[in-house]
Amino acid sequence: MSGAVDEVAVTAEPGRTARVRAVEVAAGRRRVAVIVLRIVVGIAFLALWHAASGRWIDTLLISSPEAVGGRLWRWTLDGTLWSNLSITLEATAFGFLIGCGMGFGLGLLFGRFQMVADVFDPYITAIYSIPKIALAPLFIIWFGIGIESKIAVSAAIVFFVIFLNTYTGVREVNPLYVNTTRIMGGGEFAVMRYVIIPSAASWVITGLKVSVPYALVGTVIGEFMSSNSGIGFLISQATGLFNTASVFAGIIVLAVVGAIINTGLKYLEAWVLRWRVS
Amino acid sequence: MTSGIVIRGVRKSYVARGRERLALDRVDLDIAPGEFVAFVGPSGCGKSTLMNMIAGILPIEEGSILHEGRAVSGINRAVGYMTQQDAVLPWRTVADNVDLPLRLHGMAGSARRERVAAMLASVGLNGFERAFPGELSGGMRKRVALAQLLAYEPGTLLMDEPFGALDAQLKLLMQEQLLRIWTERRQTVVFVTHDLAEAITLAQRVVVFSGRPGRIKQIETIALPPARDVFRVRFLPEFEAAYTILWDALSPEIRSGEAA
Repeated sequence: MSGAVDEVAVTAEPGRTARVRAVEVAAGRRRVAVIVLRIVVGIAFLALWHAASGRWIDTLLISSPEAVGGRLWRWTLDGTLWSNLSITLEATAFGFLIGCGMGFGLGLLFGRFQMVADVFDPYITAIYSIPKIALAPLFIIWFGIGIESKIAVSAAIVFFVIFLNTYTGVREVNPLYVNTTRIMGGGEFAVMRYVIIPSAASWVITGLKVSVPYALVGTVIGEFMSSNSGIGFLISQATGLFNTASVFAGIIVLAVVGAIINTGLKYLEAWVLRWRVS
Repeated sequence: MTSGIVIRGVRKSYVARGRERLALDRVDLDIAPGEFVAFVGPSGCGKSTLMNMIAGILPIEEGSILHEGRAVSGINRAVGYMTQQDAVLPWRTVADNVDLPLRLHGMAGSARRERVAAMLASVGLNGFERAFPGELSGGMRKRVALAQLLAYEPGTLLMDEPFGALDAQLKLLMQEQLLRIWTERRQTVVFVTHDLAEAITLAQRVVVFSGRPGRIKQIETIALPPARDVFRVRFLPEFEAAYTILWDALSPEIRSGEAA
């Protein structure tokens, strides 16, 4: 091949030498060590909690790991856990989807049309400055104490994060990519699909990662204020009864749900941004 | 006959901080179909501006540019465009990048796959179809850009310091590849560079621009055959003669640019 250059950044067939295997074994050992240590830290924490409970700190304040575990187990058996968790998850999911859809759509629109962005800028800034939680009472008046008001709260929170991230992502697109794609024959739609959206994706993903916990927060706060079901409702009801074990159980459920969603997003991010070289 | 590129009375100015700055002043130039023309000049002389106007990226406010008989207004889709900065999309694989212009031109799937494979083979990138640009070296990314540029067979190539970021040896290899492709296909080429030797090595005519505002100062026809050996051409007397003449035209512009 004339003109072929023998500079190779990626090798099609990597050589699996003894050194490669040694490096892999060392990395594997490290992974195992991390997992073992994580488990040790968790057990140590539970042991400390157990020791402190009733001995150094009143059980009314911190309950105890056995009581909280027992409560979670009972909730699981009698269906309380799932019936409330499903309500919270449903409200979070709908709020998240609606907020994302609107935020992404408007973000693209504002990003592509500078005039629109300039006109609406002060209003967006003003609305953005409102703590979205302050809108929760209003949404309860508008939509009642059912799931709709919780969806509205989490959608409002998610909307702004996604909107601002999408908008920034679109503004950051390298104009060279846009021009080159247009010269190669791309119209407005092709530029959007092949250039703008993939380029903004890293911003949008960052927005998603930030906003999923927010969506959960929005729902739970809505449930605290007024509702008759959901994990937030369980927590606030238990608080009224000074039932610390149930409060902790509710918090643990939320923590686990949040962690699962975040892990899912981490994989999504790794896939969408697989072209990025670390 | 109005083929090729016909530039008439093109003037371009930018308004910034309440002042108008003239970038290009009354440029007239004819580029024949199939001709390889290089633009050289000090930085800020408007050579890239003029090329971007031919590409339709910058609006033409005064004067006119005819490309293949049509007045350029808005993005010019009859050209291929390559810059110093990498324009291959980092989120598409090598094959998907070369495929994109074919897809945009509505070519059928099977024909596209064949063309992509052929283009990647012609620039020596077989086996890298599924790599992302970020995993390649700078020289390999240039070759992806070249394969993409040539895949949809534009009749005119606009190249703005395409090999500017490469080291000297790699630059020669890319020049050789470009020249080989051009002698086979005979596209019209506008090649912007600040490297006088590169301009003489590649082009049939070299256009020297003066510094701010940009004007055409001198046009020199290179007395070398179109098919050249890029590695040895610089030792020929014709090269030396052209270099001396062009350097005499260019150097005062560079000096005055530095002094200003």
